[in-house]
Amino acid sequence: MAHTKISMAQALNQALRDAMTADETVVMFGEDVGALGGVFRITDGLTAEFGEQRCFDTPLAEAGIVGMAVGMAMNGMRPVVEMQFDAFGYPAFEQVVSHVAKMRNRTRGKVTLPMVIRIPYGGGIGGVEHHSDSSESYFAHTPGLTVVTPATVADAYGLLRKAIEFPDPVVFMEPKKLYWAKEEVDLGESQPAIGRAVVRREGADATLIAYGPAVPVALEAAEAAAAEGRQLTVVDLRSIVPFDDETVCAAVRRTGRAVVVAEASGFASVSSEIVARVTEKCFHSLAAPVRRVTAFDIPFPPPKLEKYQLPSVDRILDAVDDLQWEDS
Amino acid sequence: MSFVSEQLLPSAEPVCLIDQNGVPHENPSYELPARDRLVDGYTQLIKARRFNDQASALVRQGRLAVYPSSHGQEACQIAATMVLREGDWLFPTYRDSVAIMSRGVDPIETLTLLRGDWHSGYDPYEHKVAPQSTPLATQLPHAVGVAHAARLKGEDTVVMALVGDGGTSEGDFHEALNFAAVFRAPVVFFVQNNEYAISVPLAKQTAAPSLAHKGIGYGIPGERADGNDLAGLLAVLGQAVDKARAGAGPQLIEAHTYRVQAHTNADDATRYRADAEVAPWLERDPIDRLTTYLSQNGGLDDEVRQRAEENAVRISAQLRDGLMPEPEVEPAELFAYLYAEQTQQLREQAAFLRDELAREEA
Repeated sequence: MAHTKISMAQALNQALRDAMTADETVVMFGEDVGALGGVFRITDGLTAEFGEQRCFDTPLAEAGIVGMAVGMAMNGMRPVVEMQFDAFGYPAFEQVVSHVAKMRNRTRGKVTLPMVIRIPYGGGIGGVEHHSDSSESYFAHTPGLTVVTPATVADAYGLLRKAIEFPDPVVFMEPKKLYWAKEEVDLGESQPAIGRAVVRREGADATLIAYGPAVPVALEAAEAAAAEGRQLTVVDLRSIVPFDDETVCAAVRRTGRAVVVAEASGFASVSSEIVARVTEKCFHSLAAPVRRVTAFDIPFPPPKLEKYQLPSVDRILDAVDDLQWEDS
Repeated sequence: MSFVSEQLLPSAEPVCLIDQNGVPHENPSYELPARDRLVDGYTQLIKARRFNDQASALVRQGRLAVYPSSHGQEACQIAATMVLREGDWLFPTYRDSVAIMSRGVDPIETLTLLRGDWHSGYDPYEHKVAPQSTPLATQLPHAVGVAHAARLKGEDTVVMALVGDGGTSEGDFHEALNFAAVFRAPVVFFVQNNEYAISVPLAKQTAAPSLAHKGIGYGIPGERADGNDLAGLLAVLGQAVDKARAGAGPQLIEAHTYRVQAHTNADDATRYRADAEVAPWLERDPIDRLTTYLSQNGGLDDEVRQRAEENAVRISAQLRDGLMPEPEVEPAELFAYLYAEQTQQLREQAAFLRDELAREEA
């Protein structure tokens, strides 16, 4: 396949199209995913191409959508459902926690649920209230779920294909802010494994650990730091659950210093978990306490204030400066 | 002119084909089931009653963690499974152990959840019985999904989805009915209205004329049946299953019954209801009326009685033998079934527990 310049939204659309072509048990449903193609156009053209039995609109009810997906997965399908916006997924939370996450375990592996719950998440697009939440920690805290989030166009395609083929339910967090980011990619080449992080940039002085929408910000900060003489490694988790201790700890041990960058609020979050793990496993390699750059512990603010909430290059550089450098 | 299509309205009174005195009643819409079928049902009711009694006794002996008895409402559960074909699915609640057993699931495996050695003790695919759902009404959207997938695959499966009166207040009940109606999914939603959600009576649960009326808002036909009349239940549920299988979409059936015992052994029913309220329901017992009817109409000879009694004795013995020994639990199972491929973190935690147990033994 030739290298073409496409957006993350187009890559996700192509992943769904290719998965539905490869496996006729893959069905896509949710709110407005049919004729409209989804509010972010991720399902654009799928109903026209595969028919209303394969890609269809449902009544507006998220618990019903996820609950129906459970039943369809029980009966031989591979449902992919869309929650439209992060905060709209909360009505489905009981279904996710009580059934999606537990079905394999409670039936001793007899009933498996190969299904994907797609959740467009995060801020940075000027969304009004309830349209910019980072809900990944709720899902990551729930045993039985697999939680992944792409940060690049290539990963968006490859991770979604892997998620749909995965034998267990996957919560697929899509960073809305990156939907329109374009890259020149060869989709056929992208094979990110679920559960494996990737080093996006190598640098000997400190490690930035990020995922989803925070990855491009971390890379930008690393670029700026390099201009100031500090070489930063940037690790992109890609998979929050399972967590890739190996890649993360190898990077932290190499650099001795680490900053976790995440768009979600920090308290009791994925970022706190990363700090705890790195501290427990790499303590003797650390030259400074692990720092975090996260959102404040407040509800996601209205659009005109969101720039104060999101992690920025400056905040990341400040946190890096704080890592007890002997020369400063 | 009525605003509501007559086809969606339940009958004015719950359908009753054999009343509490064992007297048969003609009904223009429902036929009395054949005598052989009622005899089969009688045998199953006797066994179900003994199952309830024995399970309750095993709770008192500490062999089950808890048992939500369905004493007095066994006819609902027996009828719900008698109307299903082999390829159909049953979605039970925690109070539906009798239905699970009568669907063919091993009685000991039926009670694994309530014994406490695992969450669901049986293979749901073996008899097409979903795991018992403890959260209320959350199993109903699953039932819709199974039914919808069956239709997409071209199968003529019907799904029997059980729920209690309290469960009809949950959001998932409403979403499931709406989805099923929009997709014309072959689901029979069967509400066992036993008048109490733990301590809360039906009047505080809903202001609707009946729970069967709730179908109207979704375009689902509703029907009411006397939940202590096996004959009426077989007729009403049988017709609902036939309609669903023929492509008429979901059906909503409400059975009027009563929870004559407490919610579970942990419940003190005297705090919220008087014995005087319970007494008339004991006279409407589903077994008594069928016994009277069959005795007077030639279906209940000594052979039938003896067979029923043998079945009951057998189930009692089976439960005692199966549940008296302390179950062997396997700590490694704690980590074994979460994912198809165990995560590194779970491997480490399993190893930690293994080491801890080895140290204790040493």
